Amino acid sequence: MTNTRVLSLNNLSKRFGSVVANDAVSIELHRGEVLALLGENGAGKTTLMNMLFGHYLPDGGSIDVADESGDMRPLTLGHPQAALEAGIGMVHQHFTLAENLTVLDSILLGSESLLAWRHKRKAARAKVGRIMQRTGLTVGLDEQIGKLTVGERQRVEILKALYHDARILVLDEPTAVLTPQEADTLFENIGAMTKDGLSVIFISHKLREVLAFSHRISVLRHGKLVGEIATSDADERVIARMMVGADTPTTPREAMAPGAPVLALKTTTVKGDSARTSLHAVDLTIHAHEIVGIAGVSGNGQSALARLVSGLATPDSGELLISGKPIHRFTPPVMQKAGVGRIPEDRHHDGIIGAMSVAENLVIERLRDSDVQKYGFLQQNSIRSHAQDLCKDYDVRGPGIDADARLLSGGNIQKLILARVFECMPDLILANQPTRGLDMGAAAEVARRLLEARARGAGVLLISEDLDEVLALSDRIIVIHDGQLHEAHTNDREAIGLMMAGEQA
Amino acid sequence: MDILQILISDSFWAAALRIATPLIFGVLGALICEKSGVLNLGIEGIFAAGAMAGWMAVWLGAGLWGGLLVAALVGGFFGLIHAILTVPLGLSQHVSGLGVTMLATSVSYFTYRTALPQVSSPPKIVPFQPLDIPVLSDLPFVGPVLFQQTAMTWLALVMVALVWWVLNRTPLGLAIRAVGDNPDAVDAQGLSVYGLRIGAVVAGSALMALGGAFLTMSAFDSFFFGMVNGRGWICIALVIFASWRPGKALLGALLFGAFDAFQVRLQTEVGAFVPSQIFLMAPYVLSIFALVIVARRAEYPGALLKPWFKGQR
Repeated sequence: MTNTRVLSLNNLSKRFGSVVANDAVSIELHRGEVLALLGENGAGKTTLMNMLFGHYLPDGGSIDVADESGDMRPLTLGHPQAALEAGIGMVHQHFTLAENLTVLDSILLGSESLLAWRHKRKAARAKVGRIMQRTGLTVGLDEQIGKLTVGERQRVEILKALYHDARILVLDEPTAVLTPQEADTLFENIGAMTKDGLSVIFISHKLREVLAFSHRISVLRHGKLVGEIATSDADERVIARMMVGADTPTTPREAMAPGAPVLALKTTTVKGDSARTSLHAVDLTIHAHEIVGIAGVSGNGQSALARLVSGLATPDSGELLISGKPIHRFTPPVMQKAGVGRIPEDRHHDGIIGAMSVAENLVIERLRDSDVQKYGFLQQNSIRSHAQDLCKDYDVRGPGIDADARLLSGGNIQKLILARVFECMPDLILANQPTRGLDMGAAAEVARRLLEARARGAGVLLISEDLDEVLALSDRIIVIHDGQLHEAHTNDREAIGLMMAGEQA
Repeated sequence: MDILQILISDSFWAAALRIATPLIFGVLGALICEKSGVLNLGIEGIFAAGAMAGWMAVWLGAGLWGGLLVAALVGGFFGLIHAILTVPLGLSQHVSGLGVTMLATSVSYFTYRTALPQVSSPPKIVPFQPLDIPVLSDLPFVGPVLFQQTAMTWLALVMVALVWWVLNRTPLGLAIRAVGDNPDAVDAQGLSVYGLRIGAVVAGSALMALGGAFLTMSAFDSFFFGMVNGRGWICIALVIFASWRPGKALLGALLFGAFDAFQVRLQTEVGAFVPSQIFLMAPYVLSIFALVIVARRAEYPGALLKPWFKGQR
């Protein structure tokens, strides 16, 4: 690592209404360096990077970027085009790819004059080929984006930035959607790229990868830069304390004897889009007082399993029993009545109705109850007081119970869903990626609530791509691969990782 | 003359291509708009405006090609209204489009009535004449079908190739396809979402207006009320039929032209037993059936109808 500066953010500030998203944040980046930007949700990491990339205009401060000869030059703020030209590439958390284009076209987009009467596809193909060889980021150039996996799409995004000759690459939560193996590959690739002089800033929540792959760590809290530390001097406790301002409590979990079965699948088959995303004659039993973690690479039948248990899919063969009673008609209300509580994977899309208020979202699963409606009329007073109580109990913070649910942050949306589900005291809880994208505080809260439900006597079906989470919470771990379930009789990361990749332990 | 004879006659195929010509312009125009993510229901009115403006320009002394230019400019103007309402302001594309249709239709009739308050029979212009290309026009079958059409039909066919090329072979077309599927992708590359969409809607509307101008400047020689007669709406359906591909759009327009030419000829055969309305209805009914079959598999541009605002993601 050399000591030449390539980027400096000077006292950047940004306010949204009355909320201060960034307060005079200054950060420097050096050539070939990997800087991890850490902070809880809402700490202002993404806002900061969006200012760097010109999506937002800062309220104050300036940015200097080194040009090709290494001289620092001020960046025109508020223009993505200027950032691109200065050699800054950004990979957003939500990818900005058009699904109807091919990989090559996606990379070409915006790289040529709009007035050219034809593409220089051949030259582009050669250049992308060279980049792929150098970095190890490979993906079929003629594939359609819509048919790629998430990991492949991310590679396209990085290739796109490198194709535009980015010297500084910004990755916003790059591993949030990746499997552990894909994440490791990504960081290997990043390592190769930094040897060529590329500088990288990546935003993350995951302490493990930050410690393993960054050179330096900057921590944001409430929009302020609260600390910078060389990774070699850091450990998990130090960083965690910087992020939340105090030591995080580890979730205590006591041993418990499993009770009666609450969910039983008997040679159940659910056909999905492909053989890989189906469930093939699986057996699974979850008991009361038990959390069963389903570990696996995404797209191996998890969604078929989740759809089945939430009543959105009907098994093609086999049986499903809830608390010993077989289910015949598979609809969400039937499952809900049978005692299933659902925490959906895509909480923004499937978990709430964004245009309805927080209070309404809290009663949406029990519209027949008499405290919600009488003779077909909503009982506004009881709905609102009910919402007040739940928001207090579950610490749902935001602009209030009458505000649209879409205005809540991801963590608070998840707390809203927890409140709604746990209030009904379900016997079986389907928790599908319950902490994906949440910060440590919110994730710990989810874990605490799941353990609380377990103590009360519920069974939990925990589907997660975060192996650490599965390891931390589960009484039993089951690996899902190619639509088959295999019990892992071990807590060893390595062994489970191999099973997830399809190698029988 | 039985059905088979109709289908192999050169006059039938020449009529099919002639009837298809305004639809080709219209469907290409609608396709460009929708590829960029904007549905343009102003098409029916822009047809009327193009028909009126082109014809009136020629009647006032402009040349035929000058008349087409005027028609395209007028179409582009109404397209700009629609684009400003729906792209930067993000209003409902349905409501704005229907509004533009009503506005453009009414303004056309109003202009016509104001300019010609007293006429009972509309004045005529000298329209585009059938081409007369030595040798080619005299070939059997292909001569009458292809080489005795007017220059506008050829312009329409050239436009099919041109639109295909621009959309699939140029950086501009790539940007238009991308902005209609995911505007964020375009924004992230520093391109202007608004600029691309407004440009596409204006260009598409100019093409639609040429379709209208064909009616008054090639198919007929004067302007009538109600002469567009739903052709714009047919184009909207044909875009879906074509799955947003220029080549298939040509095919769809020809298919509709053939239905229409066929029903006219069939009417003279069996018109004595079947009410004529059935025949008039037939092309539309068949279009609906064709649409039902094709459209179920249609892949809509991902961001069609969805407004996009800068700085919101």
